[in-house]
Amino acid sequence: MSLLELKNVSKIYGDLHALDHVNIKVEKGEWLAIMGPSGSGKSTMMNIIGALDKATEGEILLDGEDIAKKSAAALTDIRRDKIGLIFQQFHLVSYLTAVENVMLAQYYHSLPDEKEALEALDRVGLAGRAKHYPSQLSGGEQQRVCVARALINYPEIILADEPTGNLDEANEEIVVEMFNKLHNEGTTLVVVTHNPEVAEVAQRTIVLRNGRVDHETVNENFTGKIKHITLM
Amino acid sequence: MFIRMIGKAFFRQWKKMTMIALTIALGASLATAMLSVMIDVEDKINQELKVYGANIKVVPKDTSVIDELYDVGDENISGAYLKEDELGKIKTIFWAFNIVDYAPFINTDAKLSDGTKVDVTGTWFNHHMDLPTGEELDAGIASLRSWWDITEGEWLDEQGNEDPYRAMAGAGIAEREGISAGDIISVEGAGGSVMLTVVGIFDAGGEEDDIIYVPVDVAQEIGGLEGRIDSIEVSALTTPDNDLARKAAQDPSSLSVAQYETWYCTAYVSSICYQIEEVITDSVASAVRQVADSEGQILKKTKLLMILITILSMIGAALGICNLVTASVMERSQEIGLMKAIGAHNGAITGLILAEIMCTAVAGGVTGFFAGLGFAQIIGHSVFASSITMRPMVIPLVAVLVVLVTLIGSIPAIRLLLGLKPTEVLHGK
Repeated sequence: MSLLELKNVSKIYGDLHALDHVNIKVEKGEWLAIMGPSGSGKSTMMNIIGALDKATEGEILLDGEDIAKKSAAALTDIRRDKIGLIFQQFHLVSYLTAVENVMLAQYYHSLPDEKEALEALDRVGLAGRAKHYPSQLSGGEQQRVCVARALINYPEIILADEPTGNLDEANEEIVVEMFNKLHNEGTTLVVVTHNPEVAEVAQRTIVLRNGRVDHETVNENFTGKIKHITLM
Repeated sequence: MFIRMIGKAFFRQWKKMTMIALTIALGASLATAMLSVMIDVEDKINQELKVYGANIKVVPKDTSVIDELYDVGDENISGAYLKEDELGKIKTIFWAFNIVDYAPFINTDAKLSDGTKVDVTGTWFNHHMDLPTGEELDAGIASLRSWWDITEGEWLDEQGNEDPYRAMAGAGIAEREGISAGDIISVEGAGGSVMLTVVGIFDAGGEEDDIIYVPVDVAQEIGGLEGRIDSIEVSALTTPDNDLARKAAQDPSSLSVAQYETWYCTAYVSSICYQIEEVITDSVASAVRQVADSEGQILKKTKLLMILITILSMIGAALGICNLVTASVMERSQEIGLMKAIGAHNGAITGLILAEIMCTAVAGGVTGFFAGLGFAQIIGHSVFASSITMRPMVIPLVAVLVVLVTLIGSIPAIRLLLGLKPTEVLHGK
């Protein structure tokens, strides 16, 4: 059984079909990249998979459970228990330190545990920056805090929306390397990106166009390592 | 974590929180001042209104009956009198503390040395009494008739001079008979003749201007009425009448036991009258309706004005809080969206925001409360020329108002918060 399965999922805004009968399966432990041009429906799909939004029609099976018709409160519980979210803009709480930002996810999940939060930061290489505020961290460091926050409650799936969109090459590599590590540990990853270099390192890439799955490619030479393209 | 978040949110938004606290402090200070004055104002206004004279008149039962039948006014044609030695008992009734002043009156007919008939009234001017309770009291018309204009001489001081044979003459009779302050006049009545030194001439602007006022003992000696009193005027602090008081004034025996206890233990004018009748033999005590009703009306209107000011100040505070908290929530929409995205329920986020606002409200409320006590004293001194007593019941009242206003003021912000969709604030959609 797939960890995540979208069956004929559509999201319609008036006359606009942001998603149009999309069918996708994500296996447990898989690293999937979702690509597409602006307006192709990437973020809409991310929101629906992440239980942040509801589909107009179709089934969304997460761990065998259809979450499409769940109430807003039930979707909140699903986000809290099963999904780890990583955002392009990081979305760290500015007045909390790095470790407190991680503990925030613990607080709304169960009980905050500073020791465990520090271990999560250690996993992303930020143990030494735990007491720093977001404004004192680089973009890459903030994104790593975001990753630690997404991981802290041991979610079944990590959803990353343009995780390297605001990062330079060096930090992009660090974040991708972290995803590779998570993948090797068995974490299921769905990464929405418009960056082909980031998409290429995933096991499988789905390309969306006009709200539909345009095509799908499987990375036969999957290494989990980013290969930067040097423009001549 | 909750406390840590609140503490840090305070620190980060200190300007906005300070504004919220100041808004609440302003509302709370006005509410505290108005409530303190309103609760204390009853006594203050009553005391102010005492300058308009007595509000209870006590006469012998027979005189009352004849007056009801024939409307004879102050004239005692019944031949019934009250007992002078019972006067002290008025200060022993249940509402003794509310009796602020009183004076007996004994009227007698007399004639001057040239044979001119004059009305002589015996009363207390500033009579000193040692009460049965052990207390001391200075009572008399010096305060009950404070509006008398002394045109010549001075008020008769019963305590400062051993000579009882002194008098104050009304401006009318003084003018007719050519009496001036310092003159010695001979007054003869049924009980004998006395020589009186006129210490003052007064202008009361009414019938009293044709009367010569003397101490009670002297009037009794002139009229041969030792130990007798025609009437007593009492100035008492009273509670405005309500339906119960009006029903009791008609017939106290029509009340149930519970109603009777409530009425008896409330300072209604009818209740005080009833208690006076209990201690003065064969007397009828009745309210001087004009004064009593005016007191009630002024008190009611003053209280209404203060309630309106309190309500308006709290509405103002609620509107201020509404704007500030809504602005704060809008400013923090991404943070709130993130919390929702990572699994915070609306209740948890609402709790966090309300806890922040409530902590601010407590700080503002406490500051406002103490400022309000200061305002109350300023109002007390500038309006009533006395301090306002802080009643403990103001504390819970202000606390409830602050909490209510803060909650009501936060409603639009909470509605905004509940309607925030993570997808909209996190992705800008």
